[in-house]
Amino acid sequence: MTYRAQVLVGSAGEKAPAVEQALLGKIKELHLDQEIQVLEASTLGHPEQPVEIAVYPDGVHYVNVTPADAEVIVTEHLYKGRPVEPLRYREPQVEPLPAPSTKEVRVVLRNVGKIDPENIDDYIAEDGYQALAKVLTEMKPEEVIAEMKASGLRGRGGAGFPTWLKWQFARNSPGDEKYVVCNGDEGDPGAFMNRRVLEGDPHAVIEGMIIAAYVIGAHQGYFYVRAEYPIAIRTLRVAIKQAREYGLLGKDIFGSGFDFDLEVRMGAGAFVCGEETALMRSIEGERGMPTTRPPFPAVSGLWGKPTNINNVETYANVPQIIMRGGQWFASMGTEKSKGTKTFAIAGKVKRTGLIEVPLGITVREVVYDVGGGILDDKKFKAVQTGGPMGGCIPEQFLDLPVDYETLASVGSIMGSGGFVVMDEDTCMVDIARFFMEFVQDESCGKCTPCRVGTRRMLEILTDITEGRGQPGDIERLEKLGEYIKKGSLCGLGQGAPNPVLSTIKFFREEYEAHINDKKCPAKVCRALIEYTIEAEECIGCTRCARNCPVDAITGKAREPHVIDPTVCIRCGICQQVCPVGAVHVE
Amino acid sequence: MKSLAELQKIKERALQRKRLGGQNARARIIVGMGTCGIAAGARDTMTAILKELEQRHIEDVIVTQTGCIGLCEYEPIVQVQVGSEELVTYGKIDTARVPELITKHIQGGEPVAEWIVK
Ligand SMILES: Cc1cc2nc3c(=O)[nH]c(=O)nc-3n(C[C@H](O)[C@H](O)[C@H](O)COP(=O)(O)O)c2cc1C
Ligand code: SF4
Ligand code: SF4
Repeated sequence: MTYRAQVLVGSAGEKAPAVEQALLGKIKELHLDQEIQVLEASTLGHPEQPVEIAVYPDGVHYVNVTPADAEVIVTEHLYKGRPVEPLRYREPQVEPLPAPSTKEVRVVLRNVGKIDPENIDDYIAEDGYQALAKVLTEMKPEEVIAEMKASGLRGRGGAGFPTWLKWQFARNSPGDEKYVVCNGDEGDPGAFMNRRVLEGDPHAVIEGMIIAAYVIGAHQGYFYVRAEYPIAIRTLRVAIKQAREYGLLGKDIFGSGFDFDLEVRMGAGAFVCGEETALMRSIEGERGMPTTRPPFPAVSGLWGKPTNINNVETYANVPQIIMRGGQWFASMGTEKSKGTKTFAIAGKVKRTGLIEVPLGITVREVVYDVGGGILDDKKFKAVQTGGPMGGCIPEQFLDLPVDYETLASVGSIMGSGGFVVMDEDTCMVDIARFFMEFVQDESCGKCTPCRVGTRRMLEILTDITEGRGQPGDIERLEKLGEYIKKGSLCGLGQGAPNPVLSTIKFFREEYEAHINDKKCPAKVCRALIEYTIEAEECIGCTRCARNCPVDAITGKAREPHVIDPTVCIRCGICQQVCPVGAVHVE
Repeated sequence: MKSLAELQKIKERALQRKRLGGQNARARIIVGMGTCGIAAGARDTMTAILKELEQRHIEDVIVTQTGCIGLCEYEPIVQVQVGSEELVTYGKIDTARVPELITKHIQGGEPVAEWIVK
């Protein structure tokens, strides 16, 4: 007799006979016994996950099969011809990535992932320290500033201030004791662009700093890196030591008479310490709290002396601008935003990770070309740029260019390069609440609007997501947001309301659904959703009941199951394990 | 460092060492050792590679480290270049995969297709 299909039961495991019995019983019940043969095998390759079943000729393997699962496999796979995906075994394997996007351009990251960061010769072999040699032996500080001006490079730490102008201010400040500082605090949640540069190509940042120091006339510099980056700190220390050994740091560099040395200072990880004035207080050993500007650091910075502070990525661009010319750099980007920018793409895209793209690239290109599109081919909803002080950009702006001014014009910021992509399953109120919780926690408390206002906004947002929203809450949030923006000293308070204000602006109906209808349209906010089992679809396989962590599901085998909403914690596990999609969320 | 000439000399030396290394070595193995790599176990992978090479008395393979190549999800990432062939990038190379990688790609000269990410 020829069979349409064969089912192999791996006999490793005590439950194999019971599984086989269940299989045979169900096959007989559905009159498949003339079509399907059940065979015993010793093991099918995964003895650590008994009981294993293999269905041929399909070649589908199921592991950890229970008798109840076996019945589902018969009805679903053998009878209806649909492999039971949640039970299916898949070889853990690396999914090949789509070809890397041609839209990526590597300037800052040119050596990262290529050279050995702990070997200075590797950097020198890639033309490292040639820019410094050129600057110290051939160029006057004014000429360097002119080249930087031609490049159009703007600060990569957030505000986008023209770097040449900052250097010129510090250079023109009187005094013979000056400092340069590198801001490697990188406090945005989910951002690690700076870490990657520090760990992968530390000498590029060091070289940029020495050039800045020469221009402004500083002889001492500080790296400020958060203590949570121990590998970056170690790599930097190794790099500084090697640069000293070669005389690239220290006295009379390149015989120019110019002296300069560097030290690494660790930050304890408070977000506000990334703000430049707070950062400098922290280096001095004081509590890291922002102070009023003016005076700006270029006039009165570290220990009251003129100081130039730039971001890691800003400095890392400098050697290449010197080597290849400001014009070359300015040929990339838009009219006002030149060069490239690194971004940390996170969230619901296929290729998350760190990228470098020319400024002026559209949001759509970043999401779909570089990011590979939305995960599971769901619908794009919004992208949050600029970290916790940034805003959400909705679908209608997908074709906007990514540059400083354009992002600001739609209520967001460039920031340091956070790029969180959200799909239709993301609740915008929940996202706003997440960022508000972060800034509320990180507010240093100096300014009342920031200290108290963010707390009040968080309370309102929490109420809304937990079903206690009141009419008028949206207006209260808007009003509070405006007060906080106006009444705060530093960028943290000034930017804190942005995620809330921008989501209200573009997704107001979602706030209204939470407040008025007590519904979360994205089905995220746990207090506003309910899981139910559709009795007609349920085949009574008991899987959900066995997996529910709080035993909220009851029902007899082969009969429809029921979820008790008063016990259910809305974890959604039942929905994930149900083999026939009978669990619904509303 | 007192002059540009001195820097050029170091550069020449570094480049030459690279060229020579390329001539004398059968292959290069580069392990991503950024925070993302190390968090995913790159240190163990590195140790396993060195141990495996030593046990098999393979001395003409250069093992070096590098930073993050931007595919953090696929760490530990190991790149292998045999002779002057193209650099192959592997993802999720844990210690268990090291012996096979060395047998197939370094000794056998055939890349392990399933683990290639790029
Ligand atoms: C709350 C807050 C946090 C900040 N965090 C960082 C940071 O982590 N890294 C950074 O480079 N700049 C950060 N900044 C911006 C710095 O104050 C400063 O503008 C920047 O270091 C200047 O360098 P740039 O001109 O190269 O961008 C932060 C600002 C604020 C208000
Ligand atoms: S705005 Fe907030 S974080 Fe900034 S100084 Fe004032 S209280 Fe501190
Ligand atoms: S709802 Fe529960 S018992 Fe019913 S089919 Fe789905 S997992 Fe099985």
